[in-house]
Amino acid sequence: MRHIISIRDLGKEEIGRILDEAAAIQSRSYDPSALKGKLLGLLFFEPSTRTRMSFAAAMARLGGNFLSMDSVEASSMAKGETLADTIRVVSGYVDAIVLRHPKEGAARLASEFATVPVINAGDGAGQHPSQTLLDLFTIRQSMPLEGIHVGLLGDLRYGRTAHSLTHALSLYNVTIHTITPKGLELPAGLATELRDAGTEVIEHGDIASCIRDLDVLYVTRIQRERFPDAASYFKVASSYRVTPELLTGTKNNFIVLHPLPRLDEIDPRVDELPCARYFEQSANGIAVRMAMLLRVMT
Amino acid sequence: MTREKDARAGLLISPIENGTVIDHITAGEALNVLRIIGITGTTHESISVATNVESKKIGTKDIVKIKNRELRKEEVDRIALIAPKASINIIRNYKVWDKKGVEIPDRVVGIVRCPNPGCISNTNEPIQSCFLVQKKGLRCLYCDWLITKDITSHIM
Repeated sequence: MRHIISIRDLGKEEIGRILDEAAAIQSRSYDPSALKGKLLGLLFFEPSTRTRMSFAAAMARLGGNFLSMDSVEASSMAKGETLADTIRVVSGYVDAIVLRHPKEGAARLASEFATVPVINAGDGAGQHPSQTLLDLFTIRQSMPLEGIHVGLLGDLRYGRTAHSLTHALSLYNVTIHTITPKGLELPAGLATELRDAGTEVIEHGDIASCIRDLDVLYVTRIQRERFPDAASYFKVASSYRVTPELLTGTKNNFIVLHPLPRLDEIDPRVDELPCARYFEQSANGIAVRMAMLLRVMT
Repeated sequence: MTREKDARAGLLISPIENGTVIDHITAGEALNVLRIIGITGTTHESISVATNVESKKIGTKDIVKIKNRELRKEEVDRIALIAPKASINIIRNYKVWDKKGVEIPDRVVGIVRCPNPGCISNTNEPIQSCFLVQKKGLRCLYCDWLITKDITSHIM
């Protein structure tokens, strides 16, 4: 039985296979009834719009159906049921489970108790492999992944999308540039691990100093709740804002990505520039999640 | 069997007829070794502990003798986490019946608590903590947290 829990488990070859499958799906080369008669369980113990809807859409486009748990309050978890028991029960209802949970490692636990495949749709500040795969897919649409320079801007301490992505990028000999407010840097252990794996990680005090060296700028949300008051948040957020002026003189193939939702990190005027790929990135989630479902359910 | 001698009083701790002697424990770690193999104040084994004993091999060391209990291999290997140079002597009828070193296991289950408060292994789920033993330290199977130092303080 195949699960997709962490980008670490996949390896370069498997990632390549999923991205190739997603590319084929995007060019309409897939069987729209591949998962006919199959049922997907969407267990979201945390709020989600994109991930939840795109997994539902992916399942529907492959001819399958889905069951969705609407809220934790309405579930047996509210009565104190363990996740292990919930997973064992739901395994009896569906053919695969997509899980989002606030605790790190929840998807790994679920894979131990499930009798059907489990896909991790985000566990606390841990892993979010489907987001990482669609990030890689979007980059690969514009350029080969090998040897590129990727800038990570924003909250790299708590952002699970950034953590997952750095692991994946380290497989492709990518140089990682980090641009973060003080206190929101990449966790020291993770930075050391990346460097030990041979990945060059360069820290920058401001975005202007490295923007012209980058092939990809990956922007993440700076969360207001990390700051003591609104004034200090706006002060930091404004100095990390991506504007059309900042992007002048960038490389020809340069692109801007963001896992969304965005707040003030990207000026809406950037949306009109050809380098703005974040809405395509979001749309790519369907093909990538279709490829993931096919991988574990067929 | 190791017999550590005191200049005035003869043997520092007396030999045992049957059981296990754990020798060459990193000095100061004897009580943690007992914790790691599940021997606490509520268990019934008869135990002798010598701590900070001179050792030609490792300078100073601790020794633990457990009467009438032969430790199994999987129990013994856990010790390697905090005392990699320890040696295990199984004693039968006052003689060393078997002597072996400790080997670091691939996984450590139910011994170390994950320091990450957000880890699912720190909840009421019906699982035991599980760490993969890697070159750099212990990696939590669930949340990927890496413990690189002071493993002792994370022992349950």
